[in-house]
Amino acid sequence: MSDAHHDPDAPPPVYGVMAEFDTADKLVEATRKAREAGYTRMDGYSPYPVGEVADELGFPRSEIGAIMFTGGLCGATLGFTMMSWASVVDYPLNIGGKPFWSWPMFIPISWELLVLTASLSGLFGLLSLCGLPQPYHPVFNVPQFVRATRDRFFLCIEAVDPKFDKAGTREFLTTLSPLSVEEVPE
Amino acid sequence: MSTATAPEPTYTSATHYPPHPDGLITSSQDLASLGDKIGSVVLGDRPTPRAWYFWFLIGFALLNALGVSVFWLFYLGTGIWGLNHPVAWGFAIVNFVWWIGIGHAGTLISAILLLMHQKWRTSINRFAEAMTLFAVMCAGIFPLIHMGRPWLAYWLFPFPNNMAVWPQFRSPLTWDVFAVSTYLTVSVVFWYVGLIPDLAVLRDTAKNNLQRWAYGAFALGWRGSAIHWRRYEKLYLLLAGIGTPLVFSVHTVVSFDFAVAIVPLWHATIFPPFFVAGAIFSGFAMVVWLAVPLRKYYGMGDVITTHHLDLCARVMLTTCFMVNYGYFNEVWMAWYSHSLYEWDTTLQRIWYGPYWWSYWMLILTNTIIPQLYWFKKFRTNDWLVFAVAGSVHVGMWFERYVIVITLTRDQLPSSWGRYAPTEWDWMTMIGSVGLFITLFTLFVRFLPMISITEMREMLPGPQGGRDGHAVMENAK
Repeated sequence: MSDAHHDPDAPPPVYGVMAEFDTADKLVEATRKAREAGYTRMDGYSPYPVGEVADELGFPRSEIGAIMFTGGLCGATLGFTMMSWASVVDYPLNIGGKPFWSWPMFIPISWELLVLTASLSGLFGLLSLCGLPQPYHPVFNVPQFVRATRDRFFLCIEAVDPKFDKAGTREFLTTLSPLSVEEVPE
Repeated sequence: MSTATAPEPTYTSATHYPPHPDGLITSSQDLASLGDKIGSVVLGDRPTPRAWYFWFLIGFALLNALGVSVFWLFYLGTGIWGLNHPVAWGFAIVNFVWWIGIGHAGTLISAILLLMHQKWRTSINRFAEAMTLFAVMCAGIFPLIHMGRPWLAYWLFPFPNNMAVWPQFRSPLTWDVFAVSTYLTVSVVFWYVGLIPDLAVLRDTAKNNLQRWAYGAFALGWRGSAIHWRRYEKLYLLLAGIGTPLVFSVHTVVSFDFAVAIVPLWHATIFPPFFVAGAIFSGFAMVVWLAVPLRKYYGMGDVITTHHLDLCARVMLTTCFMVNYGYFNEVWMAWYSHSLYEWDTTLQRIWYGPYWWSYWMLILTNTIIPQLYWFKKFRTNDWLVFAVAGSVHVGMWFERYVIVITLTRDQLPSSWGRYAPTEWDWMTMIGSVGLFITLFTLFVRFLPMISITEMREMLPGPQGGRDGHAVMENAK
């Protein structure tokens, strides 16, 4: 296009080029074709989860399971240790002649703490991996994108992609029979 | 159909689609129209029904009654209640267990039906989860105000302190502290995670800046990225996966509050499953009580269909039998054990004790009346389903009352006593209902009562959805 000469009022940097589709299947198809065309840095956007898009993006498995497992294990272990230490070392209480370290009685609280810490680590894991909360993101600059939470599906090929070329990528996306193709201002 | 009272726009799609194959959506919907239908309630597109104001004001008035009675309680102490020896638990614990039972169904419905691929969950899970939160809040009040010195409530938690003491970790009462607070926290997390994409929907369809800011802030900048969805779905599935055993464990711990004590008829191994079944029973009764007004006043009958009511009634009928197995088992074990105390306490309870009538009230409302659900008409007519569910609310309350009131008959006749609630007991109880109504009406007004995202996903392919298969198969 016309940004070959870099004057002081250079055009704003571009985040990527975004194509709009009207069904989830078209988005899946487009993502697959973009992957086959060699694009690696892109993302799909949809009003509800479409797992095949993530598959095509090369993200077959999330990290959440490992995070929650680790979080839950830590919580349960810490809780069990705390109860053992408090009941055996710091404040031994004779309750009906039961042993100080009556560990089966510590299981319910250990379990509750497992669930508590697993859930919280899952939530905070999700937020930190996704970089949320994020008040600003370039994709929202595209006027059509307001329908990403309504009834439209978007594929955005990002400028950081080594194969990215504003004109070429736009042309490529146009071949995927989208409803519209837009540049995403940074 | 008697929904003619609502002269509102129909909120259906422009194109006409055939009804949902499983009968879960009876109107013609696509992605956009579903979002508009559910979102319009909170964005102010459609006028708030007059019934909303009515119920909000009722709830708020009763909430004030709760405030007054709790103030008076804190000022004078638990003596204003009917508590005394031998019944030191009284209404406070009856209401605690009643509310927590109701509170268990929301997360359980949502989580267990998700794990079992039940698509009909989608129409009811959001408000059922809200119901859980509010019911657990109502429940949580009672043990706290039942403490003589509620300002020392933090002593329940283990923390290093200059008294150099720790909680008694072998006691179910201590387990209860962890169980209920974990349950509340996890239910909030589960509910909020489910809400995030819907809040983004509201942000993007907001009518003014206030809405855009408020919903936008809580949507956290959600943009529906495929990578984010993948993590999101895994989190949602795992929360459901650990939420289900959590519900079982929490109500088991609540039942241990009774079962670990060496009181005849309390010291029973049937208690944990019996309590959990009762929780599901009463929880579905409350779901029905909330679903029917939402259908009537908000015209949601096409997404919360009579088929949903039918299914809820069937679950209630099933859990009714589980609960009744519990009633049978209590009497049977008392007789079969040849324990003099067990058997005498049973006869006191059902025959010659002063509260025999409450046991038969329980049997009438929890055993006999729910049998009406065998008839299809009672499962599919709004107000008949509603009426029988109301009987279950009464019955489940009496179940806990009967259990607590067992304390009036000790093994030593000299320590026998009576229990009568005072007006403050009643006011606190009814006030807690007010808290629930207030919170629920506010929820319906300001948050989507049905999950927009999951409803969209449940639409058949030609209508833009994915047939509702997504969460289980895409959560990786």
